[in-house]
Amino acid sequence: MSLKTINAAPGFQDYLPKEYQDLLEDGPFFKQRKVSELGSFKEVIEEHPMCSGCAMTLFIRLVYLGLPSLEHTVICGTAGCGRLAISQGAVPFIYGNYGDTNAVASGLKRGLDIRFPDTPKDVVVMAGDGGLADIGFHGVMHSWFRKEKFTTIMLDNEVYGNTGGQDSGMTQKGMVMKMAPTGKKFEKMDMLGLAKTAGVAYTARIAPTNPTRVANTVRKAVLIAREVGPTFIQAYTSCNIEYAIPTPKVMDDARDVEKDRYGFVEYFSDDAKAYWEESEKERKRLRKAEKK
Amino acid sequence: MAQVKESSYAVVPGPEGILPPAATIMGVPLPEEGEGLVEGKIVNEAEALEKAAIALLTRKNATLFPGPLVLWGWNDHTNDKAKYFFDVAHELPGIRIIPMPDYRPIYPKIDPEAVINPCHPNLTIWHNKIEACVFIGVHCHYANITLRMVRAGTNCYTIALCAEAGHEDAMCSVPNFDIEKLVRFRDAIIKVKKNGIKPLYEGKGIVPTGWAQISRLSGGNIEKPEDESVGAGVTAAFAHELETGLDETAE
Repeated sequence: MSLKTINAAPGFQDYLPKEYQDLLEDGPFFKQRKVSELGSFKEVIEEHPMCSGCAMTLFIRLVYLGLPSLEHTVICGTAGCGRLAISQGAVPFIYGNYGDTNAVASGLKRGLDIRFPDTPKDVVVMAGDGGLADIGFHGVMHSWFRKEKFTTIMLDNEVYGNTGGQDSGMTQKGMVMKMAPTGKKFEKMDMLGLAKTAGVAYTARIAPTNPTRVANTVRKAVLIAREVGPTFIQAYTSCNIEYAIPTPKVMDDARDVEKDRYGFVEYFSDDAKAYWEESEKERKRLRKAEKK
Repeated sequence: MAQVKESSYAVVPGPEGILPPAATIMGVPLPEEGEGLVEGKIVNEAEALEKAAIALLTRKNATLFPGPLVLWGWNDHTNDKAKYFFDVAHELPGIRIIPMPDYRPIYPKIDPEAVINPCHPNLTIWHNKIEACVFIGVHCHYANITLRMVRAGTNCYTIALCAEAGHEDAMCSVPNFDIEKLVRFRDAIIKVKKNGIKPLYEGKGIVPTGWAQISRLSGGNIEKPEDESVGAGVTAAFAHELETGLDETAE
């Protein structure tokens, strides 16, 4: 099978809708685009049905930018707001049932490795806090225990935003929600701590305040997962509807939350650190060679 | 011939009602190699190909829907298949080509002149007043649901040229549809024309549709589809008797 899979078969080019022609001519496939290039090329997602001002959508857009090889990536998701946007992207998307995303991703990754032994195929799970920390928790943990080589990205909006505002395991303690009128009863789950305990190679907690940092973190997580083991990103993607954040204030909220409690946190296992330092050296060497 | 008891259920152009039964549940079997399926009955492959050819030549606004498995140049085989696909298209005067490039639930709305989407294929068929169509290169699980939706809400004669086992929910289907069968299909079209079937749009070539039409990339003029036959009484209101639902007011 050819690696140049994203080409129209002979004769069909003129019959493709404009959007697909643009993707073929000026899309992000087979080249790594940068944040500074946004707006100058055809992105894999442009329209979506998410709420106005949704921070999750911005984050998803940046994830697509950060993925190291879009043409060899499959995304797994599940019920929740995120999949409404992810399913619009021109990247294969598999909709797992609630709870089984990481089990689906495990099988998929292993299957792809057998089917394409010479081509790195990336699998990325991208789902909400309900899908990963609550209902999908067992699947997430066991994929980490088994050291499955794919990235899990949690779109942490700290609520079940799609179903009217129930508290999730990732909601802050004491938070009063529409469907949690007496307030959340227990602490926000420490998913980073759990990931570390389970032996995840690389974990990061991030808010979408710095687009380049988001894209770089995603790229790092996917590349480490490819070579070392499971990686995890917990991303603050506020629900401006359930948390009543005025649309123009969404990014202010993200900055405040980042400053007050979320921060930008990274953890590398020893293997991941060694791999990343080595690959960074190699990239620098290649850049130098290119300049010469 | 397969040792399967034939079903009395006819898979005919709809509209069938909002939720037609899957033809397989109604006992319609799949064809085997060398066979075809026409309106729920097993026939030999040559007969199925001729029925498909006649439908495409004589029904209004006939359209080919190439799916991802022929539309994209995955490999040498797909690139070869594309050539034979166009050989078939060139034998069908006035044929339209509308692609199904992928299966995304396109938002906020599809452009039915440019694309068909498996989540709402009926929109493209209604908008373009298509009364015969071919699905080719569509993954089976999407073809199954698409064919049922088309049967549910439109009067379109569906033809599924399937690379695997064929489709019961199509009015006409031939399994294991490879390049060799595309050649045989082209020959069948030539044969029925020779035998006296007069194409509805004799003298026309491929009608540019969708983006090709809008942008005039193919140099063609914008040509609106012909009005469908419903008003002329050609199509029955519903293909089968509708099932009566539960009476919610019953004590």
